[in-house]
Amino acid sequence: MTNLIDIKGVTHAYQTPNGPLPVLDNLNVSVPEGEFAAVVGPSGCGKSTLTRLVAGLMKPDQGEVWLHGKLVKSPRKTVGMAFQNPVMLEWRTILQNVMLPLEIVAPGMPKKQRVERAMELLDLVGLTGFENKRPSELSGGMRQRASLCRAIVHKPDVLIMDEPFGALDAFTREDLWQTMHELRAKEPFTAVLITHDLRESVYLGDQVIVLSGRPATTQYVLDVHYPGEGLRKLEGLYTPECAQMLATLREQIQIAQGRQPEPAVH
Amino acid sequence: MRNFQKVAVPVGAIVIFLLLWEFLVWVNGWPNYVMASPSDLPDAYIRFWSLFVEGSWQTLWRTVAGLALAVIFGTALGMVMGFSRIARDALYPLLVGFNAIPKATLVPVLALLFIGQHNFNTVLMAFLISFFPIAVSVGIGLSTLEPEYRDILRSLGASRLTIFRKIALPKTLPEFFGALKVSVTLAFIGTNLVEIISPHGRGLGALFLSGQTNSNYPLMFAVLIALAVLGIILYYAVVMLEKIFAGWAERPQH
Repeated sequence: MTNLIDIKGVTHAYQTPNGPLPVLDNLNVSVPEGEFAAVVGPSGCGKSTLTRLVAGLMKPDQGEVWLHGKLVKSPRKTVGMAFQNPVMLEWRTILQNVMLPLEIVAPGMPKKQRVERAMELLDLVGLTGFENKRPSELSGGMRQRASLCRAIVHKPDVLIMDEPFGALDAFTREDLWQTMHELRAKEPFTAVLITHDLRESVYLGDQVIVLSGRPATTQYVLDVHYPGEGLRKLEGLYTPECAQMLATLREQIQIAQGRQPEPAVH
Repeated sequence: MRNFQKVAVPVGAIVIFLLLWEFLVWVNGWPNYVMASPSDLPDAYIRFWSLFVEGSWQTLWRTVAGLALAVIFGTALGMVMGFSRIARDALYPLLVGFNAIPKATLVPVLALLFIGQHNFNTVLMAFLISFFPIAVSVGIGLSTLEPEYRDILRSLGASRLTIFRKIALPKTLPEFFGALKVSVTLAFIGTNLVEIISPHGRGLGALFLSGQTNSNYPLMFAVLIALAVLGIILYYAVVMLEKIFAGWAERPQH
């Protein structure tokens, strides 16, 4: 299987008044096509830098980022992004917000087709009937759903998400996890998800990448074998298999934080 | 009902204000060369009707012209300061310094620079006094744009111009209109300053001055009220534009 995303030996440092601040150190990440990679790590370890690198928004000091067998040098139209802040444009309706990437990526696309495409996605995430509302009239969870639609409306190869569910309450978050799985089932895409939530990483990810503390390097990669067949179910999180995976991840995070791992209870 | 209330409340407030004014003059027994009362005003308007129309028109068009220049120049300056740190660092002290100069002192300077160009000088003063709030708020609006807003378009390979047109410009509109409301009043001050201080005599300012020289106090107060009315008209014109172009920023009231 070919890798859609290949991050090879990436090292990066930010220039600060107190000298260079290294954030990534020889980082290697590979995500095969169609896979969902969840990235966890201590806070401030350079996870967001990773998303900006994959999106081509910045260039690493050393190393290479490959997307679809091509070296990433600048932003490319085949990427979709979603952030913790849904970043809705308040002066546009929900529908117009979702159609925004199409205006950039496919300027020639007829309006009717754009509307159809956007409505199809809004329907998938359960926002039918809200398309003509302003973002300020929607709840945080609904705004985040619209934001996800916008991130994939132009059928990107890669969906990059930087803690998109971080600011939501627990129930809304679980709802959106489910939505995420439904979206992937209908519209397969490769995804990189930055998260602080280990349960989220296991529930959504095909692999969970644990980054070490700053400067971040790939410390551990967990292949997720989620219990059950077909679409993942939330109940699966409460099985011994998942408990085992979560314990392993917790242990790794503690090592990443430079602490002595508490003995995991198996 | 809601619309009726919208008109009735401010009109009622104005009526109460006029009644209080009238009462104050009556209670103190002030003759109208000390303080004119509202009941003196209709007479002044009737006697000098044509002068009021002419003066209002001159004041209004020169204010609007100065304001238009301030919008163009202020927005351009704000864009430069919003996008470039160096420009921001370089221009801020200059701008603040310029803004701190009492504009009355500039009237003779302008009068000497452009001798006899009364219209030009007046428009220029209205402009000079009113571009500052616009430049600052557009500059701040642009420089505080959250990086995520830029990133959603930049990650798709959109050009800087597209990002400006689709994101930065509309997002700055509420700040822009906020500043414009301040600038409207300032521009009026600029126009009147020149009309009163400079001896060429046009506009409502000149009418005010002639009231003063002739000790016609009701006329002076009538000019002040006319200026207030013009100011209100222009202010609400801006509010209407704001509703059309930045109405989305208004949150629904619950």
